[in-house]
Amino acid sequence: MPKDNGIGAATPRREDVRFLTGKGRYTDDINIRGQLYAHFVRSEVAHGRIRAIDTAAAAACPGVVQVFTAADFAAVGGLPCGWQVTDRHGKPMQEPKHPVLADGKVRHVGDPIAMIVAETAEQARDAAEALSVDIEELPAVLDMKAALAEGATKVHDDLTSNLCYDWGFVEDNREAVNAAFAAAAHHVTLDLVNNRLVANPMEPRVAVGDYESHSDMTTLYTTSQNPHVIRLLMGAFVLGIPEHRLRVVAPDVGGGFGSKIYHYAEEAAVTFAARTLKRPVKWTASRSEAFISDAQGRDHVTKMELALDGDLNFTAIRTETYANMGAYLSTFAPSIPTWLHGTLMAGNYRTPLIYVNVKAVFTNTVPVDAYRGAGRPEATFQLERIIDKAARQLGVDPVELRRKNFIRPDQFPYQTPVAVVYDTGNYQATMDKLLAISDHAGFAARAAASKARGKLRGFGIAHYIEACGIAPSNLVGQLGARAGLYESATVRVNATGSISVFTGSHSHGQGHETTFAQVVAEMIGIDAGQVEIVHGDTSNTPMGMGTYGSRSLAVGGSALVKATGKIITKAKKIAAHLLEAAEGDIELKDGKFTVAGTDKSVDWVGVTLAAYVPHNYPLENLEPGLEETAFYDPSNFTYPAGAYGCEVEVDPETGKVEIVAFSAADDFGNIVNPMIVSGQVHGGLAQGIGQALLENCAYDENGQLLSGSFMDYAMPRADDLPFYKVDHSCITPCTHNPLGVKGCGEAGAIGSPPAVVNAVIDALHRAGHSHITHIDMPLTPARVWAAINA
Amino acid sequence: MAKVTMTVNGKAVSAEAEGRTLLSSYLREGLGLTGTHVGCDTGQCGACVVHVDGKAVKSCNVFAHDVAGASVTTIEGMANPDGSLSVLQQAFQDHHGLQCGFCTPGMVMTSAALLAENPHPSEAEVRHYLEGNLCRCTGYHNIVKAVLAASGQDVGAIAAE
Amino acid sequence: MHNFDFVKPSTIADAVKALSAEGAQALSGGQTLTPTMKQRLAAPSVLVSLTGIAELRGVCMGDGGLSIGAATTHAQVAQEAAAHYPALAALAGQIGDPAVRNRGTIGGSLANNDPSACYPAAALGSGATIVTNRRRIAADDYFQGMFATALEEGEIITEVVFPIPERAAYAKFVQPASRFALTAAFVAKYPAGVRVAITGASNNGVFRWGEAEAALSAAFTAAAVEGLTAPSAEDMIADLHGTPDYRAHLCKVMTKRAVAAAA
Repeated sequence: MPKDNGIGAATPRREDVRFLTGKGRYTDDINIRGQLYAHFVRSEVAHGRIRAIDTAAAAACPGVVQVFTAADFAAVGGLPCGWQVTDRHGKPMQEPKHPVLADGKVRHVGDPIAMIVAETAEQARDAAEALSVDIEELPAVLDMKAALAEGATKVHDDLTSNLCYDWGFVEDNREAVNAAFAAAAHHVTLDLVNNRLVANPMEPRVAVGDYESHSDMTTLYTTSQNPHVIRLLMGAFVLGIPEHRLRVVAPDVGGGFGSKIYHYAEEAAVTFAARTLKRPVKWTASRSEAFISDAQGRDHVTKMELALDGDLNFTAIRTETYANMGAYLSTFAPSIPTWLHGTLMAGNYRTPLIYVNVKAVFTNTVPVDAYRGAGRPEATFQLERIIDKAARQLGVDPVELRRKNFIRPDQFPYQTPVAVVYDTGNYQATMDKLLAISDHAGFAARAAASKARGKLRGFGIAHYIEACGIAPSNLVGQLGARAGLYESATVRVNATGSISVFTGSHSHGQGHETTFAQVVAEMIGIDAGQVEIVHGDTSNTPMGMGTYGSRSLAVGGSALVKATGKIITKAKKIAAHLLEAAEGDIELKDGKFTVAGTDKSVDWVGVTLAAYVPHNYPLENLEPGLEETAFYDPSNFTYPAGAYGCEVEVDPETGKVEIVAFSAADDFGNIVNPMIVSGQVHGGLAQGIGQALLENCAYDENGQLLSGSFMDYAMPRADDLPFYKVDHSCITPCTHNPLGVKGCGEAGAIGSPPAVVNAVIDALHRAGHSHITHIDMPLTPARVWAAINA
Repeated sequence: MAKVTMTVNGKAVSAEAEGRTLLSSYLREGLGLTGTHVGCDTGQCGACVVHVDGKAVKSCNVFAHDVAGASVTTIEGMANPDGSLSVLQQAFQDHHGLQCGFCTPGMVMTSAALLAENPHPSEAEVRHYLEGNLCRCTGYHNIVKAVLAASGQDVGAIAAE
Repeated sequence: MHNFDFVKPSTIADAVKALSAEGAQALSGGQTLTPTMKQRLAAPSVLVSLTGIAELRGVCMGDGGLSIGAATTHAQVAQEAAAHYPALAALAGQIGDPAVRNRGTIGGSLANNDPSACYPAAALGSGATIVTNRRRIAADDYFQGMFATALEEGEIITEVVFPIPERAAYAKFVQPASRFALTAAFVAKYPAGVRVAITGASNNGVFRWGEAEAALSAAFTAAAVEGLTAPSAEDMIADLHGTPDYRAHLCKVMTKRAVAAAA
């Protein structure tokens, strides 16, 4: 197989041509003849009781077709939650209702109260000003600890409190962990906040509902990472439309980062309106609307503790986290601070005893759900910050403390005390690689040069592990998931040998159209240009769970390998017939079937043509055609890991932190397209650095969003960031999927925040500010300056 | 409503526009040129950048009526006359300067304006010039690399891939 | 946004006439006004574009200093003022981003008087004269607090005249999201003394820092600023990006840096 387009080749992306010429087809580019426009009237207060809604004046505005409120959705289900967490006492979490439009109460700024549908978008917006909503404002519940106090105002009146669940993991270890702390030689404690973030994919959400009464067919075009999941949730749980009458299309999607996984109210509302009005209905979010309606990320307040023995071995970890759910449970929200967080608390280390407690809390804020990394950045941040603090407190080198406690290469598969089993890894190797590519040895000289310029230079390290490729369905089912987490692929070989692949996975920047074609081309030995990848439309792709959790190649790619394997098996049978040889003697190489040990051969097209023009064909025991579908359900998570190094310069006068270098040494297992893998790491790093230094989703004491636009929510820009050094040459292939791949989409966002913060703390300590043990993210100039001058 | 006439990608065009119609809406809805994207409502993200009389402008922050008669270039007008990718567009593909593609039209238009003003920019100049264009996917690494490459500079020393 | 009638006169006289209509508002580069209208925080019934008036555009040296037409874009000032008033050109080149600078104008910025905008610092720091269709207003009289100016109904800025200092510089600490000034200082040394204008810091908008002016008039060195107490934090802006104390501190740091850059 020529390496220019198979596995391992840095093939340029085929999808780029349409994006570079303005020919991408995003949801907002779709306009259907006769379409109406929806505008959502949203709550301006964080918490309030709806006394009355008077729609008459709005309904009478020019162009308005109908004004919808909760009353119109009385016969419709609420937005479902896809994961039920069981608390430490064995009870299910408290699960509030989540109406499509606010019913009786509004619970966060941005909670949709009414949908105005009009002939034009501006008419719908104009009419919003005529809508009269009488709201009795209630005290806003914002601080998580206060929300759990006796007598606190309740976000949901029908729940017993604002506590969603109090989760303990592993609950049986609780007392053993306490005992280990009592016996510890050293006990390190760190209070920290994992700041709330807004995903902010550059494309705001859009939904277009369409209904054809003659065929009773409903179509939703939406900006989704997983159209099949939306079809299932909206069809079965909200609107009651059977799958065969509901098509969900996610065309080109402009980034997701988690925020486009979930089923949102607007999707159900425009679909409902289209069916009611028998006309297409379109909604396009403004960025300001995205800030108050897209699920947000992170928002944990944590007390982290690490116990060490006299030889500096980690003996126990105890962590208590308050996790903000926001006002309602977004689709997968309950799973993030629990199963995607607690299970990663071992990190790369041999800590025998771990206890994780998480209290999930309802507040009058926008719902929180997975954002790039989802739970794993929070776990990594705690671990990698406290290890740095421990090293400083105990006077040992932070690299050496990590090395001393790493799981050794000969210990895999490694059973952690937090349920998961790491199949493979080599953390010493990634650490070695990082120190080499970051020129760690030359740091002292660089620090001296910075000092001469009045700047404080620091070096920070973090090592991370993540669990990707989610996940075995039977396992997640036991953990409370209300979905399977397999992936699917249909490989349709056409008569003249070209191939159409239909994947249940979804690409919104990840480059599946290129990499998936590379995999199929490699397996069959044909040019990747002969392979077309189709995704994003439930009407032509097999049921799949979509793209998130760095799962596309590990799970979707495995389904693709499985389906292609079935194709090859059948094609060999056809070749055996054509070559009058035994099936077992047929070899496929470079797109040609040969009888082993002979020069008898038939090429790929000869076989595919025979499959569809079966004149000379074993019809008695083989069906014609060449099309196979496979579903792949992984047997374990995959465990990418890596070492990240950040070098900063701090301006002591202003507190401004500059990232002067950032290096990443990752083990992603095998690599299909190294160019795309590097790009994924770059993007993750920018988001992680953004979290560490810039991004802060903050509410005031009334629940108003203080950072509700790009004027106040600081997105990383080109001049905030350096060129990164990334390396993925440390490879321990995943042992349980056919490609040996692990996933690379989230790593950058997981490993980088603690590396940045560790670097800043290092710089400050080197300058003698030894009173500073921690600064909460984002490390804005004002916060760093305040810490220096505290 | 009144007709607004201008030249877009070298062709005289005309479409109805209200007073409040933004240039971005005029292009997307009036002319069907959906390559120009709208990613924010505060003039920060730059996905909507087009050239008006040769200058980079945020089309979501300009009224169509205000640029009546102007010559506008959008992403749809950036390829070579034979339809092949321009040097700049090709550099974005070669160096993986895009992922989801949503910010890409604005990135290409702003970068083209930079190279017209400054044919051999430094890395710092590229980063500074792109400060009004947000990308959430690439971390900017490969965008900056692509622009430097398009200017004819050797980018071999910048981490490969 | 609300709909409105769009008019684009080609003379100042026609613009003034158009602005006399009920609910009329002037539109210059629109880089602030347009987003404000999208939020429906401004809803003019007539929008009068000033971008088609040739006499409002251009940069030229005159007796009173450098004269800049009100509808001159930031990009044009950055380029054309460079030979005459480099500090002013450099300031213009730091506003927003390239696309914003291609539309935004000096007149629009001064009429809006955002407390974090750059141009008010240059105008106040230079003791510029704001010329309108009716009168000439000294910068010291023009800025009247956050988003407040001496402009009256129907009055439009036509040009701004900057006396050229011996030395000057602008030091801007950028608010990372908006790219406006978190706090910035414009320092200009004239034969009659030094002027220091601070933007981004105060709830009252751009202001002159008297103590720094006195100290710098005596000795135009960064060390002269070092010895000063930072301005009172009492009226400074508190937001996500900085406390009043932090902004007060930055007033001093940015002034010092501006002096160092000018010296």
